[in-house]
Amino acid sequence: MTQMTFARAINAGLRKSLENDPKVVLLGEDIGALGGVFRITDGLQKDFGKHRVVDTPLAESAIVGTAVGLAYRGYRPVVEIQFDGFIYPAFDQIVSQVAKLHYRTRGAVKMPITIRVPFGGGIGSPEHHSESPEAYFTHTSGLRVVTVSNPQDAHTVIQQAISCDDPVLYFEPKRRYHDKGEVDESLDPLSAMPMDQARVLAEGTDVTLVAYGPLVKTARDAALAAEDEGISIEVIDLRSLAPVDYDTVVASVRKTGRLVVTHEAGQSGGIGAEVAASITERCFYYLEAAPVRVTGFDIPYPYSKLEMHHLPGLDRILDGVDRALGRPNSLSGLEG
Amino acid sequence: MSTDETGQDGTGAPNTGAKSAAAKADIHGQGKGLVQLITPSGERVSHPEFDPWVQDITDEQLCALLEDMTVIRRIDVEATALQRQGELALWPPLLGQEAAQVGSGRSLRTDDFVFSSYRENGVAYCRGVDLTDIVRVWRGNASSGWDPYSINMATPQIIIGAQTLHATGYAMGIQNDGADSVAVTYFGDGATSEGDVNEAMVFAASFQVPVVFFCTNNHWAISEPVRLQSHIQLADRAAGFGIPSLRVDGNDVLAVMAATRVALDRARRGGGPTFIEAVSYRMGPHTTADDPTRYRDANELEDWAAKDPISRVEALLDRKGLLTEALKQQVKVKADAVARDMRTGCTTMPEPQPMDVFKHVYSTPNSWLDRQQDHYARYLASFGDPAEAVSEEGAR
Repeated sequence: MTQMTFARAINAGLRKSLENDPKVVLLGEDIGALGGVFRITDGLQKDFGKHRVVDTPLAESAIVGTAVGLAYRGYRPVVEIQFDGFIYPAFDQIVSQVAKLHYRTRGAVKMPITIRVPFGGGIGSPEHHSESPEAYFTHTSGLRVVTVSNPQDAHTVIQQAISCDDPVLYFEPKRRYHDKGEVDESLDPLSAMPMDQARVLAEGTDVTLVAYGPLVKTARDAALAAEDEGISIEVIDLRSLAPVDYDTVVASVRKTGRLVVTHEAGQSGGIGAEVAASITERCFYYLEAAPVRVTGFDIPYPYSKLEMHHLPGLDRILDGVDRALGRPNSLSGLEG
Repeated sequence: MSTDETGQDGTGAPNTGAKSAAAKADIHGQGKGLVQLITPSGERVSHPEFDPWVQDITDEQLCALLEDMTVIRRIDVEATALQRQGELALWPPLLGQEAAQVGSGRSLRTDDFVFSSYRENGVAYCRGVDLTDIVRVWRGNASSGWDPYSINMATPQIIIGAQTLHATGYAMGIQNDGADSVAVTYFGDGATSEGDVNEAMVFAASFQVPVVFFCTNNHWAISEPVRLQSHIQLADRAAGFGIPSLRVDGNDVLAVMAATRVALDRARRGGGPTFIEAVSYRMGPHTTADDPTRYRDANELEDWAAKDPISRVEALLDRKGLLTEALKQQVKVKADAVARDMRTGCTTMPEPQPMDVFKHVYSTPNSWLDRQQDHYARYLASFGDPAEAVSEEGAR
């Protein structure tokens, strides 16, 4: 076990993948000499060369589009999108090509591409640097979408994503990059928990609280705070957003009878909506209350002075827990 | 271009009107700076720079090129007929572009890799595609006609210009592998306006990878003339990216072959990308669903009919005394046989099965899709005959 930051854990995972498979190549803006704007690829170009850790011109569609060509050639490209809000120029290549080529070619052409996306807010950045665009991609069949919430997962899941024969969007919570944690680098990605499984982080009996990425830490803090009031929260780190591991969430909700889902992304058409709908379908007779969503608002990501109003924090999550439990809350007395 | 009330455009420059537009239209035609080795009347003209690149082409090979072009035209006519007869949902004709496709397609090596648009069915023929596979997509039986690795040609791309990036990435892979094969990407004049094509040229130049940008300027992007896409010749755009370009008579099979060989040779020697503009004309509609009489002049069609790629090779062979009845008969028999095989393959193609819609979305198990698949299988099983489960409007 080694203490390392989230950022370092991803870096070490990338290094292992580069070492283990000569077909792994990294593409992105500023990922070479600089090591990426977040230093996630620090030192990799120096050790693996310019043909395996490629500084590209500034064109996101081309970064993903050339990754498609490399995959056609048998490579296993790992693409860095510098910031969440910069992914949209690549949207067509991701949705129309990366996601569909395996289907289009009836399985003849594999697209083992990993697209790393630093996402989420809370870092005081200007516009386009704090977005949560995951739902655009979970709505696209052919893609797998995963998030990580702690250094160990960051380290293991990046290796699992790279070795997966399907394309994977790997969302990294950038405001947690400097968080430290224990990482077992010897953990074999093949024997570790598969990346498409959810993890129960804390068992509880009163409410199931589902979170992913940056809000997993907030959700755990909320559960600890709720203990003081005698409320027992079961916290689930969703990890995979496409597909969602409903078996784990269903088992929890059948036990607690109540569901709260939280994410930074806006509410409408989001992951929370999908989880709430699916759990309602599968657990209707177990539910004691309507599922509750505690999410960002349906607004463009706001300027940094106000971003903490947009991001669900510990107290807003607990307010949602109170709603699920029918305890007094900020919306008490409102109907519907 | 929008004009304000003073008759000037938004730039404040005087509106020069129709005269200027007409003058600019000329730059995209077969004029200045065009490499040509066979004139429309079938005369072999010498060109000191490009002659050496096709001096190995024997009379016999010239006859083979004629056969290829004739067969491809026959495929195109047959597929159009199949569409009219309801056997195909749609077909994108390549009528008039046979020389551009054969001249380039026959210059490639087996280990080169093609990334094309949906109109390069002639190139696919040169790559050795199974004839049934050409029409599979257009019959609605699959989203891809062939296994790309079986003929080293990617599934034709429908998103305009997207494939140019794939070719560039593939060429990056060739470079990493230290191989001397080449990625060749085909696209049209309309595609040159797409961001992807421009980004592909930036990347190709930056990394100096072995890729050939083969642009067939067929003058029309559905109803939009090439002059709407560009105010300079398309070949001249390449210079802005630091990519050498060639502008060639796309209806001249030998000139296309020479230009393609120049570009391939440069790429194989580590000289990086080349842009080829093959100036041709789309004699047919964009697809069988299109009606070109709504947007283009019949005179234009007549002008280009006089520059037909097949008749000029026939005329050349005739001048050489090689256009014998035996040759004509041999070509016709081959074209008829190919058309017959394609028609049979088309009409006897096995129907896809309902549960096939779920296949190959992922290469690994996926809990979401597995559940939907299971539910739909149960739904289908609730009908005695699965065919009863669907109406014209979808699943009942």
